[in-house]
Amino acid sequence: MEKKKLCGKAHKFGDHINTDLISPAQYMEMSYRDIAAHAMEGVDKDFSAKVQPGDMVVAGKNFGSGSSRETAPIALKECGVSVVIAEFFARIFYRNCLNIGLPALVCEQAYLIHDGDELQVDLQRGVVLDVTQGLELVCDALPPHIVELLDCGGLMGYLKKKAKED
Amino acid sequence: MGQTMSEKILARCSCQTSVKAGDIVMAQVDCAMMDDILGPRILDDALSQLGGKIKQPEKAVVICDHYVPAATILQANIVSYTRKWARDHGVDNYFEGLGPCHQVLAEHGFSLPGTLQVGTDSHTCTAGAFGCFGTGIGSSEMAGVLATGEIWLRVPESIRVCWTGSLSPAVMAKDIILKTIGVLGHAGATYKTLEFCGDTIERLPMDERMCIANMGVESGAKAALIAADETTYRYLREHGCQAKGYALRSDDDCAYAQSLDFDAGELPPQVACPHEVDNVHPIDEVKGVPIHQAYLGSCTGGRLHDLEAAAGILRGKKVAAGCRLLVSPSSKAIWDEAEKRGLLADLSEAGAVILAPTCGACLGVHSGLLADGENCVSTTNRNFKGRMGSKDAFVYLASPATLAASALEGRLADPREHCH
Repeated sequence: MEKKKLCGKAHKFGDHINTDLISPAQYMEMSYRDIAAHAMEGVDKDFSAKVQPGDMVVAGKNFGSGSSRETAPIALKECGVSVVIAEFFARIFYRNCLNIGLPALVCEQAYLIHDGDELQVDLQRGVVLDVTQGLELVCDALPPHIVELLDCGGLMGYLKKKAKED
Repeated sequence: MGQTMSEKILARCSCQTSVKAGDIVMAQVDCAMMDDILGPRILDDALSQLGGKIKQPEKAVVICDHYVPAATILQANIVSYTRKWARDHGVDNYFEGLGPCHQVLAEHGFSLPGTLQVGTDSHTCTAGAFGCFGTGIGSSEMAGVLATGEIWLRVPESIRVCWTGSLSPAVMAKDIILKTIGVLGHAGATYKTLEFCGDTIERLPMDERMCIANMGVESGAKAALIAADETTYRYLREHGCQAKGYALRSDDDCAYAQSLDFDAGELPPQVACPHEVDNVHPIDEVKGVPIHQAYLGSCTGGRLHDLEAAAGILRGKKVAAGCRLLVSPSSKAIWDEAEKRGLLADLSEAGAVILAPTCGACLGVHSGLLADGENCVSTTNRNFKGRMGSKDAFVYLASPATLAASALEGRLADPREHCH
């Protein structure tokens, strides 16, 4: 994997944040930019206004439960979110994140991170450094085929590369 | 060591003699379903990047259900785009306005035992009622499936959920699945398959089995399977489907990650209270909550069996003043059959407004959104905050029988007190 560290501020959320809270169905007929303007509206209506490019979403258990709507991770990515960190994810949301090229890290100790903490994420090592608290948190390592997929920027890049190789 | 149904299906789809939970397989997809809301309009760009062609158009199905009948010009344009896209991409399996996709797939013989179905909707697990490994995927992932005909999947562990004994009158499959989710929790089956078995399940008609499989994803499950039997094959035949799929069921000595046993005879009606599907309580604990809207419909709870159960309680009576009863049969075929049997007339005379078969109100995009402060009892599958309209509304998930009793009383009510 390309060696890069991601840096950004943590936006902290709780457990069981579902896709209707991340990206309500009412806006799904709109453009991605408009969908993104309503990202996380169900739990924090100011989220899209305050999130900065590179910032990170940190959540508890079962982040992204519910719908298969890819607009949920797309809304976060469009807002500039660089990585999503959670204690664990709902499975369709997790796949959707990786498929659109938004890194999703499973970190059992995500609960230690506070809202507003400065974070550095090393995707290659699967480590989150909470600079504000001076904490180093270990994440589940991404399986090799997922690392390759993220390197390609997501599923499309990955499949295009595979088609070329064949 | 034997194999689970999930292992057998995914082994078949990946051309292997056996696979085990935890393996990553590259599986051939038997049916790839796209809906209007998350289908062509979202995935077209990705598919174009991959050459723009569907490898096996005969395996693709496009169904317009969420935005039909359209409530806004944006929705109408999405449906129009989807219709044209299907034609341009050689997808002959195109359906519009016939009802929520999972019901339409079942009625048209696309949910076959032992096969792999993927869909751009999380409730694709409904196909599990037929012993079909149905699972929801995202739009980009679907573009990959369309271009290549396959998908990588991690073979899931299985949780055995066994129900034995007879259900009490006015207790339904919806109560079975709500109770199961209440026990498992809404992430209790994440990444796993739920496998339902036991004599209670074996006696259920397909309408009821589909309600159970449909809500598997509400506990995080990847799939929710019920082994195919004569009831399954009869349903397929009655819907003009001669194909039988593959008779695959779990071996007696297969390994389950967890095993749950329930006594159906002891099950009271269940209600999932706001705003989580696993916030499940027996009706006794919640009855009396005032209800402003009762919604009978969706891919979870608007089938013929559901309409019959509700009509059985509402026939010859009137819905309480101040309570709206909306009925959206789960498909046009069900609409027509319910009309023939006089069920729609019964419901209408009780005060119901009969709507088109659609996903509309279930996810709050048209046909019956909730206002601030309103309470709704619904036979649908999600009660998330804002799901059916206002973020300040409250959705209680219940069976069609509980819904009917609640509509009569204008408050959450016990259907056992209203059945004859």
